[in-house]
Amino acid sequence: MKNKLLARMARLGGLSSALLLAGCDAGVFDPKGPVGEEIKSLIVTSSIAMLIVVVPTILLSVLFAWHYRQSNTSAEYLPKWCHSNKIEVVIWGIPVLIIIFLATITYKTCHSLDPYRPLEAQATTKPVEVEVVALDWKWLFIYPEEGIATVNQLAMPVNTPVHFVITSDSVMNSFFIPRLGSMIYAMAGMQTQLHLMASEPGQYQGLSANFSGEGFSDMKFVALAMNAEEYRDWVEKVKASSDQLNKETYEQLLKPSVKNPYAFYAHVEPDMFDSIVGKYNNGMVMHKKVAPDGRMESAMSGMNMKEQD
Amino acid sequence: MAHDTTIQTAGHDEHHHESPVVFGFWVYLMTDCIIFGTLFATFAVLRNQFNGGPNGHQLFEIGGLALETALLLISSITYGFGMIAAHKNEINKVIVWLGITFLLGLGFVGLEVKEFIGLIHEGAGPDRSAFLSAFFTLVSTHGLHVSFGLLWILTLMVQLAGTKTIPERMMSKLTCLSLFWHFLDIVWICVFTYVYLASMI
Amino acid sequence: MLGKLSLSAIPIHVPILVGTFAGVAVVGLAVLGLITYFGKWGYLWKEWFTSVDHKRLAVMYIVLALVALFRGFADAIMMRSQQALAFNGSPGYLPPEHYDQIFSAHGTIMIFFLAMAFMTGLFNFIVPLQIGARDVAFPFLNNLSFWMTAVGFILVNVSLFIGEFSQCGWLAYPPLSEKQFSPGVGVDYYILALQIAGVGTLLTGVNFFVTIVKMRAPGMSWMRLPVFTWTAFCSSILIMVSFPVLTVALALLGLDRYLGMHFFTNDGGGNQMLYLNLIWAWGHPEVYILILPAFGVFSEVVPAFSGKPLFGYATMVYATCSIMILSFLVWVHHFFTMGAGPDVNAFFGIATMVISIPTGVKLFNWMFTMYKGRVQFHACMYWAVGFMVVFTIGGMTGVMLAIPGADFVLHNSLFLIAHFHNVIIGGVYFGYICGMNFWFPKVMGFKLNESWGIAAFWFWFFGFFFAFTPLYVVGFMGMTRRLNHYDNPNWYPWILVAMFGAVLVLLGIVCQLTQLYVSIRDRNLPENRDLTGDLWNGRTLEWSTSSPPPVYNFAIVPHVHELDAYMHDKEHGINTRGAGEGVQYAPIHMPRNTAAGLSAGIFAFVLGFAAIWYIWWLAVIGLVGIIATVIIRSADKDIDYYIPAEEVARTEQEYSRQLMAQAAE
Repeated sequence: MKNKLLARMARLGGLSSALLLAGCDAGVFDPKGPVGEEIKSLIVTSSIAMLIVVVPTILLSVLFAWHYRQSNTSAEYLPKWCHSNKIEVVIWGIPVLIIIFLATITYKTCHSLDPYRPLEAQATTKPVEVEVVALDWKWLFIYPEEGIATVNQLAMPVNTPVHFVITSDSVMNSFFIPRLGSMIYAMAGMQTQLHLMASEPGQYQGLSANFSGEGFSDMKFVALAMNAEEYRDWVEKVKASSDQLNKETYEQLLKPSVKNPYAFYAHVEPDMFDSIVGKYNNGMVMHKKVAPDGRMESAMSGMNMKEQD
Repeated sequence: MAHDTTIQTAGHDEHHHESPVVFGFWVYLMTDCIIFGTLFATFAVLRNQFNGGPNGHQLFEIGGLALETALLLISSITYGFGMIAAHKNEINKVIVWLGITFLLGLGFVGLEVKEFIGLIHEGAGPDRSAFLSAFFTLVSTHGLHVSFGLLWILTLMVQLAGTKTIPERMMSKLTCLSLFWHFLDIVWICVFTYVYLASMI
Repeated sequence: MLGKLSLSAIPIHVPILVGTFAGVAVVGLAVLGLITYFGKWGYLWKEWFTSVDHKRLAVMYIVLALVALFRGFADAIMMRSQQALAFNGSPGYLPPEHYDQIFSAHGTIMIFFLAMAFMTGLFNFIVPLQIGARDVAFPFLNNLSFWMTAVGFILVNVSLFIGEFSQCGWLAYPPLSEKQFSPGVGVDYYILALQIAGVGTLLTGVNFFVTIVKMRAPGMSWMRLPVFTWTAFCSSILIMVSFPVLTVALALLGLDRYLGMHFFTNDGGGNQMLYLNLIWAWGHPEVYILILPAFGVFSEVVPAFSGKPLFGYATMVYATCSIMILSFLVWVHHFFTMGAGPDVNAFFGIATMVISIPTGVKLFNWMFTMYKGRVQFHACMYWAVGFMVVFTIGGMTGVMLAIPGADFVLHNSLFLIAHFHNVIIGGVYFGYICGMNFWFPKVMGFKLNESWGIAAFWFWFFGFFFAFTPLYVVGFMGMTRRLNHYDNPNWYPWILVAMFGAVLVLLGIVCQLTQLYVSIRDRNLPENRDLTGDLWNGRTLEWSTSSPPPVYNFAIVPHVHELDAYMHDKEHGINTRGAGEGVQYAPIHMPRNTAAGLSAGIFAFVLGFAAIWYIWWLAVIGLVGIIATVIIRSADKDIDYYIPAEEVARTEQEYSRQLMAQAAE
């Protein structure tokens, strides 16, 4: 999809940003997954395109101001001059061209980076399903396929896409793992979706990116990317836990808490996630599985997810 | 309500600007129109969020509504007669027409309050569901406007009583109130069709 | 009897607040004492509080804005120092419930009471003078608007000492701001303060719209309208269209909280996404409401100090109008991460970028105004050129955030914070301060000290870069906004740099205060007096009056022959004032001062305060008081008067003599 020029500019930009952030090994400029990689190259490409006009603008405004200073009587002075069609064409033309370029990549990346869109790797690898619930002030992760759940600790096998379905049982939050890529809001009674993949093993910090009250600063989780074997071990470890997530334990969990320690639940009631979403919609839950054409339910359907009777 | 109190501006008399009061009030009404527009949009978003409670079809009765609508529409006509009298400087007639308009408007507000009380007694108050919140808010915003209009009519009736002529300042107040009253009529027609009729179908 | 209000609402256990209260009380008592000692109460009452003169109201608005600046900046530096301390296990000195109030108040105050008040002040002073009018269309409403704005600001500050302020951020997103999650009075303070101030702002918008449409001097066609007035006009339209939406959004939130309705609640069928749409349908136009007048200031200042007309006047007007229209098509870019589809996001992203085209054109226009000019480096020009540098960067980061793909990782990060401070400080604040330096002599009759002005600029300029460049960086590193504490060692050094930047900005503010002090102290030195009224060889009508202008502005309403009306008259030897031997002056019809605005304001305060604390009998008194004030005002027949022709003649001849004396020197 990307042409060669773009790729070259991205590489160039990658180099300069590496210089800029030398010594800082975290964040958006050091992505560990395909989504983050694409966003990084998008940021770099668009920045370079804009710098083409931004740098000359800044330099020229200072230069004009200085060159035409009052004391420089050798500079030309045209006290009546205030119009030029040629200049007008240029000053409208250049921004228009840059915006056309940016609009094109915006449109393309809006589709390629759509959080609801399955990753390319999903064609060959079956994704891991994770249901995410934002609580005050902790994250609950339910693995429906394994029937397990955890709090504040998310594990995923590397090079395997992960399909997150996200809701909240409290206020609005935003689910975000900076080094893997996109974030998306978590809202009560609604489900949003996100596809991410880690390409390197490691521990990545996850957080809420939308202010949610007193315990917000500590509403963090750890995302563990591990190879397939370690991941299986991790699942077994959770399954060996003595705790279970059912109505009663969930009620306990629902109480606001700060710096909640990791928790592991060997068993989750199968309709737990749906009941959390449904409790704000008189039990109605919209189906969140893949549509027949392989594309996820997307877009404004998120806005209409409420009960429609 | 504050708008009838503005005075003609300095400089007015020299370069023959027409009084900005009526124009200014009309502009203000346009901003009011945006308030109603936003409330209509809110109603549109929430109109199906019944939360397991009653819907419009179950709640609304056409009889009372037709009467309310008739009262308000007729009051617009009677206000119009009042304005005609004002242009002819027939102050007593103006007061009488304003009085009739006031009574019609009062009847409208009374019926609306009665409807609301009935709904709340049925357990269909504004806290029952998002649909009812949006319904009560939109309709009572209109009702509050009408009530302020009533207060305004009363004020002008008192200010008119005992005067011999209608000065320019009073005339522009009457014109502003006329704009306000007709505006509320138009809003009511939208409320009636979009909120009541569309919910009953 | 007192609703929710009890002694426990007074935060005597928070030392910072007790200290602040003591400070405010001491300063307040000192000010009150000085006023009493010098016997100035009558003067303040007659000449200021009850004044309907747009020039007096302008000064009161700007004083209000500067007080808001101090409050808002105190919040800012507390946040910076909290983040500089609360690293790696240290809780800092502000617990979350206090810190959350501070950032909520900071945003609310800076936007509504610094920026909006300053902007309204500039409108008030300049617009009537630029269009050759004697006042605004509705002078009484203008006074009422001021008091409503002031009451809103006072309510926000009362929350410091009685109860608490909102802890939900400056836009109070539900469901966090709903009763379920924020049961205290904080959000109620927020809602009531903004609703009351919002009435003032809406009336200001209507007032200036009507003033500009109806009260332009003869000959001033639309394409002869000065650019500042054009921007004020577009801002007024934006106010009229967007503020009603804010009113509704806040009212619905209030109904949820007070009457248990379900507009934005999690349960009952409420829809929190509706609030985001409503608040940003206001919020995005709001930033253009603020920035357009700043653009207007630069469009007046740059030509004045370049000795040339503005390059591309028509382009400037079209660019302003297209920004005004486009600003309504971009609000979704504030929540690309809410799950809308790629086409929706792309539409709003691209619409946002399109705004950068007319904005970029404006920058080029100012550049080409300096091109082949004679640029004088007055303090105003420092702010103007500094703006061009800073704002360009802010525009670029804005376009980055407008790309939904990039926003997916930058949303709600400190990158976003850095971006909007970049445009609001670099654009709005630089613009308004530039305007203050430019028009101050016109307002007061003496110049602002230039050296202190330039020093203030450099501190602000470097302070800005030191304070916000680090935030761009930590934003890329994944640091979100509104964090009370953190433990990422990579962020820490950058936060310290930002703290240093905040200290530089503090020095900038100190320089500005010193500038005011020195200028007022030396106001009578001959070199500081503005005797001609046309200090900068101005181009527009406000420079044709004396400084400060007489209460009626123009004894004879000027006739406009050309764009840059006053410059045209000067070049063609036309006396804009129509002064000369044997001129017959007519009596001038003026509005009389009134206490009704202040009275309505006081009752609005009572209503607001009572509603916040559920003291319903008192709320009724407030409401009845407002209505009674309006009714009494409407029955008041003594609302205007005539300045006798002889007095006008005396004032005008005095000014003419002064001008001749100047010319003779």
